Amino acid sequence: MTESLKKLENVINSELASKVLNSFIKNNELTIEISETDLAQVVQFFKSNEKIKFRQLIDIAGVDYPDEEKRFKLIYLFLSHENNYRIKLSINFPPKQVIDSITKIFPSANWMEREVFDMYGIKFKNHPDLRRILTDYGFKGHPLRKDFPLTGFNEVRYSEKDKKVIYEPVKLEQNYRNFDFESPWEGTNYIKEIKKKENDGKKN
Amino acid sequence: MVKKIKSLNLNFGPQHPAAHGVLRLILELDGEVVEKADPHIGLLHRGTEKLIEQKTYTQALPYFDRLDYVAPMNQEHAFALAAEKLLKIEVPIRAKYIRVIFCEIGRILSHILNVTTQALDVGALTPSLWGFEERETLMTFYERASGSRLHANYFRTGGVHQDIPLKLVDDIEKFCKSFPKIIDDLEGLLTDNRIFKQRNVEIGIVSKQEALDHSFSGVMLRGSGVPWDLRRSQPYEIYKDLDFKIPVGKNGDCYDRYLCRIEEMRESVKIILQCIENLPKGPIKSIDGKISPPNRDDLKQSMEALIHHFKLFTEGYRVPKGDVYTSVEAPKGEFGVYLISDGSNKPYRCKIRAPGFSHLQAMDYLIRGHMLADVPAILGSLDIVFGEVDR
Repeated sequence: MTESLKKLENVINSELASKVLNSFIKNNELTIEISETDLAQVVQFFKSNEKIKFRQLIDIAGVDYPDEEKRFKLIYLFLSHENNYRIKLSINFPPKQVIDSITKIFPSANWMEREVFDMYGIKFKNHPDLRRILTDYGFKGHPLRKDFPLTGFNEVRYSEKDKKVIYEPVKLEQNYRNFDFESPWEGTNYIKEIKKKENDGKKN
Repeated sequence: MVKKIKSLNLNFGPQHPAAHGVLRLILELDGEVVEKADPHIGLLHRGTEKLIEQKTYTQALPYFDRLDYVAPMNQEHAFALAAEKLLKIEVPIRAKYIRVIFCEIGRILSHILNVTTQALDVGALTPSLWGFEERETLMTFYERASGSRLHANYFRTGGVHQDIPLKLVDDIEKFCKSFPKIIDDLEGLLTDNRIFKQRNVEIGIVSKQEALDHSFSGVMLRGSGVPWDLRRSQPYEIYKDLDFKIPVGKNGDCYDRYLCRIEEMRESVKIILQCIENLPKGPIKSIDGKISPPNRDDLKQSMEALIHHFKLFTEGYRVPKGDVYTSVEAPKGEFGVYLISDGSNKPYRCKIRAPGFSHLQAMDYLIRGHMLADVPAILGSLDIVFGEVDR
């Protein structure tokens, strides 16, 4: 498995030399980092190249790193049935950057990009139908951004007075509490074990 | 003079018995022929991915039961595998067997539901009545292992929650011996049934290339003749030691997908029987005290065990930095979890790849040119469960 991945890494590095910013294999998975401007070309190459044959787009995952200048990250997961391996293509870019849509290459990217747009507010160029997909009609904000509160802003209820469903600002009986249990505890480092290790060290 | 006819817009769902949940489908009709379909999803969106970011790894697991709620343990499996891959821990062999048994039970659960409701959508009531009786039996197996019929929360990082009762293995075996007869009965009602065939044969045809382009997986892909099953091609757990066949369709229509599902149920029964036959003894979860909680006996006697128990259920365990994608062959297709850990006790990001999402996306392309009456037939054969589509 790892060997075929290494081979694949070499092929991609040699064919796309100027476009690959970084590539590495970790946890038995190959990641290729490219610049967001090269995206469409690289995806087209992945799909059409006879050697690597990534004929299926599995998913597009967005990630938000609010503290970084290049705040957003998109990870495209591909699968090659013929060669039986997967690849991750990742791009990093600042907010407001518009990304090329790959719906022309993979029709299934349509909803995946809509989901990314809905959750992160990342816009895609040349997307045929960039609407919200999972959130409510008329929803505001992008829920998977790290600065979006877990409770949201609006809540919905049926109003007996108005005889219809109404939207209201969220009212909580008790504020959401995020307990931070993190402590210096490092798991089962028994005192016995540490002593044993020290003893072992002395013996050597 | 040419008279211009305006096409009719029809709103199908979100509360419609054939919508398989809360699907709102806006159909553009020309007479009885569908010209365009625009599925509106998200009516069951619960923000699973956002919630998981706020929970420890142990607390995140139950959310996976609530995705595809007709085969809960298959989803848990993907998440457990992802966390195990990041933690680089081994699962004891007995736990692997138990996991496989319950994943295959989940597959049968899901396929029974799908096959019978597909029949229901095209006008056959009896199969669902027969099938649901078997589902109930299978769910009691779930209950006896985990304590609940549906939201099992049974798999853990590093194994399963508790060992299965001895008698349960015998009962599952008994079920596996009797179940093929039920499949025969269901097939007797449907496979050669004229009405069922008229409604399904050559409806919703997907070619090989289109199946790939639309990110299809599972039965949707195999029905179109692509022999691809993650259990075989990228085996996890003990699947590479098991003997089973992968049914592949020919025409890629609704009928072939139905046949694939029926055959997969038979194969699942075989897998379960093999697992029961070879079920080894031993621990059922990782013995690493950093991950697995101590057992009750130790808790009463050992101070350290008590501390670990407390820390594991408050702080949880920390997962090394990194990102992994793991996928399992869920009944509906490739169910994947893309997990990013920042080294803390909570996932930084957990993207859930649900097979139904891609399948439903292709609805527009599948339905174009078909009659309105074919909408439920195609929808039924897609095997949509809104829990996983909307997340």
